[in-house]
Amino acid sequence: MTDPQLPRAAQIVERVQESPTIFTLRLKFADPAHHAAFRFDPGQFNMLYLHGVGEVPISIVSDPQDEHLFDHTIRVVGRVTHGLASLKTGDRLGVRGPYGRGWPLKSAENRDVMVVTGGLGCAPVVSVINYVMRRRARFGRLVIMQGVKHSEDLIWRERYARWSKSPDTQVLEAANVGATLWPWHVGHVTELFDKVQIDAKSATVMMCGPEGMMQVAIDHLTGRGIAETDIHLSIERSMHCAVGLCGHCQYGGQFVCQDGPVFSYREIKALFGKRGF
Amino acid sequence: METGFLPRAGFQALLDALQQSGYRCVGPRSRDGAIVYDTLARMEELPRGLRDRQAPGAYRLEHTDNPRFFSWANGPQALKPLFFAPVEPLWRSERAADGAIRFAAIEPPVERLAVIGVRACDLAALRLQDRHFLEGRFADSRYAARRANVFLVAVNCTHPADTCFCVSTGDGPRATEGFDLALSELDDGFLVQAGSDAGRALTVHLTLLPVTAVRQQAADREIEAAARRQTRRLPSRNMRDVLFANLDHPRWENVAERCLSCGNCTAVCPTCFCHSESDEAALDGGHSRHLRQWDSCFTPGHSYIHGITIRADTRTRYRQWLTHKLGSWHDQYGRSGCVGCGRCISWCPVGIDITEEATAIGGEDAHD
Repeated sequence: MTDPQLPRAAQIVERVQESPTIFTLRLKFADPAHHAAFRFDPGQFNMLYLHGVGEVPISIVSDPQDEHLFDHTIRVVGRVTHGLASLKTGDRLGVRGPYGRGWPLKSAENRDVMVVTGGLGCAPVVSVINYVMRRRARFGRLVIMQGVKHSEDLIWRERYARWSKSPDTQVLEAANVGATLWPWHVGHVTELFDKVQIDAKSATVMMCGPEGMMQVAIDHLTGRGIAETDIHLSIERSMHCAVGLCGHCQYGGQFVCQDGPVFSYREIKALFGKRGF
Repeated sequence: METGFLPRAGFQALLDALQQSGYRCVGPRSRDGAIVYDTLARMEELPRGLRDRQAPGAYRLEHTDNPRFFSWANGPQALKPLFFAPVEPLWRSERAADGAIRFAAIEPPVERLAVIGVRACDLAALRLQDRHFLEGRFADSRYAARRANVFLVAVNCTHPADTCFCVSTGDGPRATEGFDLALSELDDGFLVQAGSDAGRALTVHLTLLPVTAVRQQAADREIEAAARRQTRRLPSRNMRDVLFANLDHPRWENVAERCLSCGNCTAVCPTCFCHSESDEAALDGGHSRHLRQWDSCFTPGHSYIHGITIRADTRTRYRQWLTHKLGSWHDQYGRSGCVGCGRCISWCPVGIDITEEATAIGGEDAHD
C-alpha cells in the first residue's frame, strides 16, 4: 500500500509569474506511471513540499482532463510559499494528493452556474470557470463575480475581459480601489448583486474568499431564493497532514481536508461566520 | 467469569510468561514523583504501597504499608505515548547534487509490547485513538505498527482519585472490554480474567487457584465502592447540542481569565490526537527529516493560516477544546472524547475542572 503521507517527486515544467506576488507552477510527476494515474477533481488540493522547508496545501487549477501537466497557482504569503516562489523551471519539489472533496460540477450540469470570489486570484474557482468554458454546452448561464482590494491585484485580466464577451456569460468585477483604466466597478463586489441575472431555482453557486464576503453573498443569494444546498463554499483552515489525522482543520463535525474543502452552505451553516472556529 | 486466582507472590510468573512470549513489559513505575509507564522486568519494581493524592492542580504520591501494587489512580501518562509517539519522523527527503529529490518513508521499529496496569478509562481512550488513527479514510501505518503487537493487562480500579469521573462517562471503574487479561487486586493476590485468546493462552503459564465466592465478592465490592466514591460528573454523556447552543455563554470568558493556554490538558488527555508537522533539515541541505509532534489547540500556531490566527485568544481556544471534546466528537467518532480520567483537572496548573466548566456552560439544559 502506498503511504498516503509520503510525497512524490515532481518537476516544474513551466513557471508563470502572474503578478508580483502570484505565480503558477506547471508540474509533472517524475514517475511517469504515477503521473499517468494521477486524477483529480477541480476544487481538490495537493500538498506541495519544498525540500527542507515544509508542506502547504494548494488547490489544483488546471483542467482535470489535461493529462500533460497539472497546475498550482500560488500566492506568496508564508515561509513555504516564499520558498516555492524562488523555484525555477526544471526544479523539483514534493507533491502528494489529491485530497478532499472538490466542486459539485457534475450536479451543476444543465443549470446556471455562478462563481463568486474575493481576494487575490482565488484560484479554486478559476478552475471552475475554465472547466465550464471548455464544456460550455453542458451548463446554463455563467455568472462570474470577483472582488479585489486594489485593481492591480486582479490577475488574469484578459481572461475576464474575454469571458465577459462570451455568450450567456456575465462578468462582474469590483475593486475597492480602482486605478486608471479600471473598467469595472469601484467598491465591494457585494454591491453588484442586484445586477446578477440568474435562474434562482436552477442555479449552482460556488464561492471562495474571505468569509465575511461570503456571508454577505450567502445572505443575498438565499434572499433571492437560492437553496442553501445549491450554495457551495471552499473553506480554508490550517492543514498539516491532509489525511484527517492531525486535527488542525477540524471544523465542527468535519475535517476540512477530507470532508471539504468544498462544503454546501447547509453543511456548515451552524458554525460559518462564528469567530474562533 | 474469573479465570482464576493468582497469589501475590506469583505475580512475577505473569511478567516472566509475557517476557518469554517475546513481549517487553511496560508497567507502572514511580519516577520523578509520579506514576508513569516504563519498562517493568520484575514485580519489585511495581509501586507497592504507593498512594496518590490528587485534586485540581495537584498530584502527590505518598508511601503506605499497603501491600498492593495498584492502589493508586492514573498518573499523568496514558497509553497514548506508547502508540501515538510524542515526536517521530514520517519520512525523509533527499536531494542529489543534480537537484533530483527522493522520498523514503521512515517506519518505527516494531516490538511486542505488554502493558501492565491499564485502567478502564485508558482502555476506552485507546479505543478512541484506534478509531481516529486506524478506522478513518486513511489509516496511520506508524500507529498501526505499534498497536498491532500489544498485550494489555488491565487492572480494575479500586482507588479513584478525587479528580476521577469515569462513572459519569460510562468508562469505568471496571474494565469490561479491550483487554487480554484483567486483574482485580486483593490484599493477598489477584483475580485473573481473560478477555482474548492471547490472554487465555497466557494463563496456561500461571499457577491459578480457583476463585472463591468470598474473594469474588470482595473484589466486586471494591470496584462498586470505587464507583460510589466519585463525586465529579459531567452533566450528560452528549453535550453536543447544549454546548453549540451556548457559544456566547459568559463562562467562556470567565474560564479564559483563569486558563494559561499552556496545553497541559491536551498533553495529558488520553484521547487528544492533534499533531503538527515540521522539517528538520540537515545543514548541508542534502537531506531533511519530516517529523510529526504532538500539538495542542491551545497554541496560536494550531489555527494559523497565512497571516490569520483563527483562535488568537484563550476564550476561543478553550471553547474549541471543549466543544470538540464533548461536542463534535459525537459527529466524528460516535461518542464524547472524554473518558473521565480526570488528568486534565489534576495537571492543569491553575486547577481548571472540565466537569465544573461543562456544568456551568451546559449543566442546566443538558439531558442524557
